[in-house]
Amino acid sequence: MAILITPETKILVQGITGDFGGRHARLSLDYGTKVVAGVTPGKGGQFFEHGAHRVPIFNSVPEAMRATGATVSAIFVPPPYAADAILEGVDAGLALVVAITEGIPVKDMIRVKRAMQGRPTRLVGPNCPGVVTPGAGPDSSGGCRIGIAPGYIHKKGHVGVVSRSGTLTYEAVYQLTTRGLGQSTCVGIGGDPVNGTSHLDVLKMFNDDPDTAGMIMIGEIGGTAEVDAARWLKANCRKPVAGFIAGATAPAGRRMGHAGAIVGGTEDTAAAKIAVFRECGIEVAVTPSDMADALIRAAAAKGVKLS
Amino acid sequence: MNIHEYQAKALFENYGVPVPKGAAATSVEGFVTALAQLPEGPTMVKSQIHAGGRGKGTFTDGFKGGVKFCRTKAEARDLAGKMLGNTLVTAQTGPAGRKVQTIYFTVASDIKKEYYLAILLDRATSRPVIVASTEGGVEIEKVAHQTPEKIFKVFVDPAYGLADFQVRDLIFQLGFTGAEAKNANRLIRALFKLYWETDAAMVEINPLITTPTGDVLALDAKVSFDDNALFRHPDILALRDLNEEDPKEIEASNHALNYIALDGTIACLVNGAGLAMSTMDIIKHFGGNPANFLDVGGGATKEQVVAAFKIILGDPNVKGIFVNIFGGIMDCNVIAAGIVQAVKDVGLKLPLVVRLEGNNVAAGKATLAQSGLTIVSGDSMADAAQKIVKLVA
Repeated sequence: MAILITPETKILVQGITGDFGGRHARLSLDYGTKVVAGVTPGKGGQFFEHGAHRVPIFNSVPEAMRATGATVSAIFVPPPYAADAILEGVDAGLALVVAITEGIPVKDMIRVKRAMQGRPTRLVGPNCPGVVTPGAGPDSSGGCRIGIAPGYIHKKGHVGVVSRSGTLTYEAVYQLTTRGLGQSTCVGIGGDPVNGTSHLDVLKMFNDDPDTAGMIMIGEIGGTAEVDAARWLKANCRKPVAGFIAGATAPAGRRMGHAGAIVGGTEDTAAAKIAVFRECGIEVAVTPSDMADALIRAAAAKGVKLS
Repeated sequence: MNIHEYQAKALFENYGVPVPKGAAATSVEGFVTALAQLPEGPTMVKSQIHAGGRGKGTFTDGFKGGVKFCRTKAEARDLAGKMLGNTLVTAQTGPAGRKVQTIYFTVASDIKKEYYLAILLDRATSRPVIVASTEGGVEIEKVAHQTPEKIFKVFVDPAYGLADFQVRDLIFQLGFTGAEAKNANRLIRALFKLYWETDAAMVEINPLITTPTGDVLALDAKVSFDDNALFRHPDILALRDLNEEDPKEIEASNHALNYIALDGTIACLVNGAGLAMSTMDIIKHFGGNPANFLDVGGGATKEQVVAAFKIILGDPNVKGIFVNIFGGIMDCNVIAAGIVQAVKDVGLKLPLVVRLEGNNVAAGKATLAQSGLTIVSGDSMADAAQKIVKLVA
């Protein structure tokens, strides 16, 4: 088991004919992911070819779902059209939409999030690296890779990783893999202030997943999502959890790359978040080099086996 | 993106948010034309820079106050002459201060009471929130901390928009009655319309005032916009003032690099925003000080790496460079080639520590080793950070 996606999940790619979407569709196919359809309005009937793969392209998401049985979408559509692409996936009733696109206006996401209320579709992202459930093959191939994460650094196993940042997720995954610890699923929730899935949403899923033995939560300055997650963990979770917060040295009021990574008040600083982590029994990684080791310490303290 | 007060107030007027009559000028000759548009009498002189705390600021020549009250227009013209071209240091500018290139004159209003009003995104609910207080003209963070009962919030449903009852409710809570209530009602709606239609990140009026005659006016105006939405607002993008931005940051954005200058001595070049932030953190953790935030993005080219080196070396405080790359998809050898090229181009003499990990890393490390250049290699982030801190110490 894993969360959100399994190696059997059939995915479609919205924006598969663009450079970015095409490149990552090829990498996902190489990884062994079941990329069964592409969607580019106006290019229905064509095919996306890669080696022995011949992925049909459709004009709309519902058409692609009907013809291929895809239940999950990866969105690589440019920012001005990305909100519409998400809504199309929601309206079609996809189980999961993963929005990779960076730079979607905040107002568009405010409206999308409101429109999604009461709908069964889950959104991960936007501005995120995606979701990976590693496979059992060499370099974790045979898994499900949605988005832009490097597949080969993963290893099938029992650690759940959730993060706002792409490269920091890779850093954590790489540390785990080089220590022989595999991952159940790795989820990049994205660096924007309005996103579909929070740290807490993902941690609840990991907590309920019998295949996940421990978790790493990677956060940033800005907002209070990490703090909300930490308080819930304290009350509800017995699994070992390690946490890291980036941005301890970021000056207030400056946007550090991610639109969401900006210190507004006294509650959303790295120091405030780290203090809450400690208070909630989360093992804090003192540097980004310490993320996997922090989880190993947390697991040892609870007598939990991670591999 | 931020804009000046005088620009924000012009936008306010377009949307029907009342402001005191005012006019801006960028030269001593312009003062005359600007002041001619205002009636004789008490006048405010306001330095236009993108930083708060102007009133309590000090100019580098010792002149105190970037915002001044004057009894006459003649006095206003004199004081404006002392501010224009002078450098104003406030709590928010840092010690270097900002050069004042525009002066804004306004009619000095009679103030009955000061309030606070702002609209921004509430991240917890993913909705716009209107924040208002009966305590204006002071730091709102202090009010929120000391007397939270004096802060009122209205969360706006993006599907329905700002509802009449919500505005009425807020007005009662703020204690407005009669003509004031009617005027405040109109102002709040107009401000919300502005916030929503222009893709503003935040609009803030501090203070919002009432006058003895029942008017409600925005005495100050701070507006910032969502950078991601500027593509659909060319009129707002035209308000960008490059004088207010660090030239290195402008150069970086021309190369699609994300750079923010800081005041330390160790320059960083990193891929990914989260990794770039935590690279700054780990430098600090081992006793060093980062000179900048620099994210070269997920698909950096050789040219971008060279440009990035030139930008970080444009900072005279830099004593060493830390390159931290986790090339997931990005080819480490491309980065390595870029580093070698850059070091040769700029004739780098400062210590350089490189930590490369990920895709094609063996080839990347070989490229660095065969270059004949003095490049210190780090195994992990921690190892590399310790090495660069030691080298610049």
